[in-house]
Amino acid sequence: MSILVYANTAKNKVHNSAFEAVSYGARIAETSGYTVTAVVVGNADNLDSLGKYGADKVIHITNDKLVDFQPTLIAEAIQKSVDENNASIVIFSHDLSGKSIAPILAAKMSAGIVTGAIDLPKTDGEFIVKKAVFSGKAYAHVKINTDKKIICVTPNALEKKEFNKTATVVSKSFDLGDSRLKVLEQKIESTDVPLTEAELVVSAGRGLKGPENWGMIEDLAKALGAATACSRPVSDMDWRPHHEHVGQTGVAIRPNLYIAIGISGAIQHLAGVNQSKVIVAINTDPEAPFFKAADYGIVGDAFDVVPKLVEAAKAMNNA
Amino acid sequence: MKILVCISKAPDTTSKIAFTDSNTAFDTTGVQFIINPYDEWYALVRGLELKEANGGSVTVLNVGGADNDPTIRKALAIGADSAIRINMEPKDALGVAKQISDYAKENGFDMILCGKETIDYNGSQVGGMIAGYLDQPFISNASKLDMDGNTATIERDIQGGKEVIQVDTPFVLSAAKGMSEPRIPNMRGIMAARSKALVVVEPGAFEDTTEIAEYILPAAKGACRMVSADNPAELLDLLRNEAKII
Ligand SMILES: Cc1cc2nc3c(=O)[nH]c(=O)nc-3n(C[C@H](O)[C@H](O)[C@H](O)COP(=O)(O)OP(=O)(O)OC[C@H]3O[C@@H](n4cnc5c(N)ncnc54)[C@H](O)[C@@H]3O)c2cc1C
Ligand SMILES: Nc1ncnc2c1ncn2[C@@H]1O[C@H](COP(=O)(O)O)[C@@H](O)[C@H]1O
Repeated sequence: MSILVYANTAKNKVHNSAFEAVSYGARIAETSGYTVTAVVVGNADNLDSLGKYGADKVIHITNDKLVDFQPTLIAEAIQKSVDENNASIVIFSHDLSGKSIAPILAAKMSAGIVTGAIDLPKTDGEFIVKKAVFSGKAYAHVKINTDKKIICVTPNALEKKEFNKTATVVSKSFDLGDSRLKVLEQKIESTDVPLTEAELVVSAGRGLKGPENWGMIEDLAKALGAATACSRPVSDMDWRPHHEHVGQTGVAIRPNLYIAIGISGAIQHLAGVNQSKVIVAINTDPEAPFFKAADYGIVGDAFDVVPKLVEAAKAMNNA
Repeated sequence: MKILVCISKAPDTTSKIAFTDSNTAFDTTGVQFIINPYDEWYALVRGLELKEANGGSVTVLNVGGADNDPTIRKALAIGADSAIRINMEPKDALGVAKQISDYAKENGFDMILCGKETIDYNGSQVGGMIAGYLDQPFISNASKLDMDGNTATIERDIQGGKEVIQVDTPFVLSAAKGMSEPRIPNMRGIMAARSKALVVVEPGAFEDTTEIAEYILPAAKGACRMVSADNPAELLDLLRNEAKII
């Protein structure tokens, strides 16, 4: 028996979220004795690292039809790999690629699936996967009843463990169906870490008064090596780009550190950030709801506090 | 152009969350339900805009019990032509998708529009599953959709950026922010909705592949540790030496 992991790539590299998914699979394998096979579509110059995070084998799929992102065809290739490797568990990262491919595969394989997993499955007797539900106000233990199982793991939810294996790489092409999507244009964002994968995030809201005041937010993010985010009104008013909008209607993130500056802490905002490991709130209003969700807080004016934080962070970096 | 929009209902985000039946069921007492925002604001409204520009019809479909009817009526008030409710408590995404795809197979649609996810369980599953069952292309997290004859031009979010793609009907799409601006139902729409058809269909047999074993409420959060605004450097010190995250 084996565990198959879809390892996605970007810009010719296996992605960090893929290492997390592989490590997740390898940790299940530790107790079940399964082998771990990573499936990579397209070129990547760091395939070796998949062994580091626990892959025994890498299936490298090279097929001209997969040059563009074709979820249906990738699902088909993964299903063929599942059959060939007698896999019973398939792991994806719950990122934009996983969200596209995994549900198609679930329907094709009639496999029970849990998306947004935040812990390893419990496998004593029943097979149970934990996920956050209702905007992070509760957790659900979801039982998978089928023999074949699919799990999509929330990025940044679990420590990625090193196994330091050496994976054998096998190239495959597979005979796949028609590619029905034609890609006309790609707009890849700058090389920054995507928000969903950032470990540290500095975020600001309407308390900042206007887009011209984001310089100090960017300075703080830079000094800490963090990504930047914002509340919804801020992106609605075009003070900041839409991809920075976090919350119920924006992206959901789970960084190790989320610093909220001049954000009130409305539940719709918290829904996207309350799974962060440590939350810091900086707000002039001591009654701001964010302080109830925060681990650390400063009651103060952002225009006074943030520049001091930038200086302190720079001093810390130089120490 | 025959458009199917899949709508689910979700508790308003401000709802108090509690459970019953030994923590295996969501306690709906006093909970205000809404149409899942992605389904209403983006999938439904963009569907209506396309119909208004190109002709055709918009059918909304929900898998759920009779208590969903008021939520479905709201979609009719916003402008959908007719509604289908498949009479089944939605427990398993694969089961929901199977019912929807069986219905769609029989009735033939040019496109099926879903939301990118529900805001209660954040599954991001049903759309892709429908595409899997129907063997149609799936475009997830779409933020723009334009039609020219049978050809759709779609902008979708991909890992690390955006992409503009082209695909011919039929297809399944999951909608994200950007597709359209929300519409508020007006009095005329609400009146018209009363005479529109809401057809109830019985579900086919399906064995659930997943089930909720238990819900758990998170442990109460400890008090927030306050740092003086006069000495923000202390915050970084705590983050480094106490929380150990920077
Ligand atoms: C269906 C629905 C979905 C939504 N989805 C989202 C979502 O995904 N994401 C999201 O963010 N919101 C969302 N919202 C909006 C949400 O309810 C709040 O309105 C929004 O989060 C408020 O943004 P804000 O905190 O930046 O602004 P405000 O609520 O205006 O808060 C500004 C804060 O800044 C503080 N402040 C002012 N001046 C200063 C200063 N000089 N220094 C420090 N602090 C200062 C104030 O005390 C206040 O707490 C949604 C709403 C609805 C109804
Ligand atoms: N019970 C349901 N009835 C109709 N459509 C649904 C139902 N559940 C989910 N959907 C559709 O599938 C999308 C994704 O849902 P989910 O996979 O549950 O996150 C939703 O935005 C809806 O468009």
